[in-house]
Amino acid sequence: MRIVVLMKPVPDPGEERLGADGRLDRAVSAVINGNDEYVLEAALQLVEANGGEVTLLTMAPAGITDPIRKALAMGATRAVLVSDPALGGACAWSTAQVLAAALRTLEYDLVLAGADTSDGGGGVVGAAIATLLHHPYLSRARKIEPIEGGVRVERISAAGHDVLEAELPAVVAGTQLLGEPRYPSLRGIMGARSKEIAIRTLAEIGLADRPVGGAHATTTLVDARPPASRGSTRVVRGLEPVAAAAAIVDFLVERRAL
Amino acid sequence: MTAAPALGRLTDDQRAIRDAVRTLARDRVAPRAAEIDRSAAFPEDLRLLLAEQGILGLPFPERFGGLGADLLTVCLAIEALSAACATTGLILAVQELGALPLLLAGTEEQLGRFVPGLAAGRDLIAFALTEADAGSDAAAVRSRAVRDGETYVISGTKRFISHGSIASLVTVFAVTDPEADRRRRLSAFVVETASPGFSVSRLEHKMGIRGSPTAELAFDGVSVPVANRIGAEGDGFGLAMRTLDRSRPGIAAQAVGIAQGALDAAVAYAGQRRQFGRAIGEFQLVQGLLADMDARTEAARQLLYTACEEIERGGIDAGRWSALCKLVAGDAAMAVTTDAVQVFGGYGYLDDFPVERMMRDAKITQLYEGTQQIQRLVIARALLGRDA
Repeated sequence: MRIVVLMKPVPDPGEERLGADGRLDRAVSAVINGNDEYVLEAALQLVEANGGEVTLLTMAPAGITDPIRKALAMGATRAVLVSDPALGGACAWSTAQVLAAALRTLEYDLVLAGADTSDGGGGVVGAAIATLLHHPYLSRARKIEPIEGGVRVERISAAGHDVLEAELPAVVAGTQLLGEPRYPSLRGIMGARSKEIAIRTLAEIGLADRPVGGAHATTTLVDARPPASRGSTRVVRGLEPVAAAAAIVDFLVERRAL
Repeated sequence: MTAAPALGRLTDDQRAIRDAVRTLARDRVAPRAAEIDRSAAFPEDLRLLLAEQGILGLPFPERFGGLGADLLTVCLAIEALSAACATTGLILAVQELGALPLLLAGTEEQLGRFVPGLAAGRDLIAFALTEADAGSDAAAVRSRAVRDGETYVISGTKRFISHGSIASLVTVFAVTDPEADRRRRLSAFVVETASPGFSVSRLEHKMGIRGSPTAELAFDGVSVPVANRIGAEGDGFGLAMRTLDRSRPGIAAQAVGIAQGALDAAVAYAGQRRQFGRAIGEFQLVQGLLADMDARTEAARQLLYTACEEIERGGIDAGRWSALCKLVAGDAAMAVTTDAVQVFGGYGYLDDFPVERMMRDAKITQLYEGTQQIQRLVIARALLGRDA
């Protein structure tokens, strides 16, 4: 099974900050979007059990390679990075068009996406790509398994879960119920440096003169504000559980809350 | 990590490996550290984890299933593990120590026989030089290896052997020629611990690194094939010294890790613990302690990294660099962990917090693989160009 995993590098959660233009500063340390790491794990397990290979597809500034290297170290076969200066400030619709165009240049049976991202949070790119490519779309997956000629997915529902089947190729959006991602082994890390990261411009995926990217965003950012300060908050972090509990008890005793 | 060590001198691979081991140490090792210390039980689960993740394969050549990492990379891994748990960092350090005589002087046939199991982490190997009356005076070993046709028969007792009770292989140094000059008396052998006549005669109860078993090993006429002798007869003492030149940085790395772990815990605590209506980290006397701890730790770390590069270059000064980094890092770990307990005040004296464990663990880094006094001797001899 040939699987493409859509992977977005996001600012390390908790470390996000806004740049002068009001957009997220992409220079802070980037990590693999949490949900994407879970669907990558599911993809790796699928090819380990059934054969095949996993290709990462990413749209990001060219300098952001650490998260891609980590995903390769976890076991992905190769990576395709669509990177073009015109893409800064792209909206979700632009992103979907770009990734769909990149997918047209690849061979695949299944596309996996995380349910949403920790920075944008729109959660629509996977569905938009399925629409553009006329593929079935199966959302909120907690389990993905191959069947003859197709894929079966357990989709989280309000009442429990639904079982859905679709023909391939298909797009599946996965959740963290798929199961904990692995740690990259040191062997994987050493091996990742010889794996290919193919960088593609808009022209190379056939979108040279198309209305995509920041200049053609369908939405306009008019204001960006950090959350209102809630005064001094003490975060107990970095201690062993018993010590952390003791620090919290200290805090409460000091305020006569205990 | 509250403090970020300098990055500039590390390669992309070294940085990636360090970060991966650090993540693993934070998520999987740190939560086990207090229990490992309390129970004094060897963390077999973490040994398997280190094997699975390829960490135990770092020091071994790629052609035998290892990762072929350089000394600095091995030390980065030991440092990252030791910041969470000194016992766990020692699993890698001892594996390297035990295997070094083979890696330095083993034949291709010997490497092919022993290294794949070690690199995969299936087998552990211990290093058995020290005896009850041959500690700092390592050449005073009394264990005998007597040649009998195609085998040697080894008899004697080894003391203070890390992993001695759990290893499947032990590199043993024994006297093959009692009449020879003290530097030519010893030879080195790989002994399989399943051999008849081998037994663990005692397990020590220790102040620190309590999860790491330290054994007394009895060799009662253990028969070892000649094919298991490492190097020529009489090469043992020189091989042991060359081994220590390369293994002491591992102990320095353990020491730097312990110091960093204690510093991180102290910084976190100083930001949270409130007295006189404010966080104790706002008081300059506490700030002074933290700043000195950071300066000591970073100085030891940079000396260690330089020593690794110098030793890897293979200069004649390897012994001096190796002793320098162990001396400075061991003392830094002892001072920094002691200060960490001070930052915690009375709470630091309780085993509810990790710093008292780190202080007990730090002490061993001033003692093993040559006491700090022996390191000074090695350094002074290098300076003065003397052999004795």
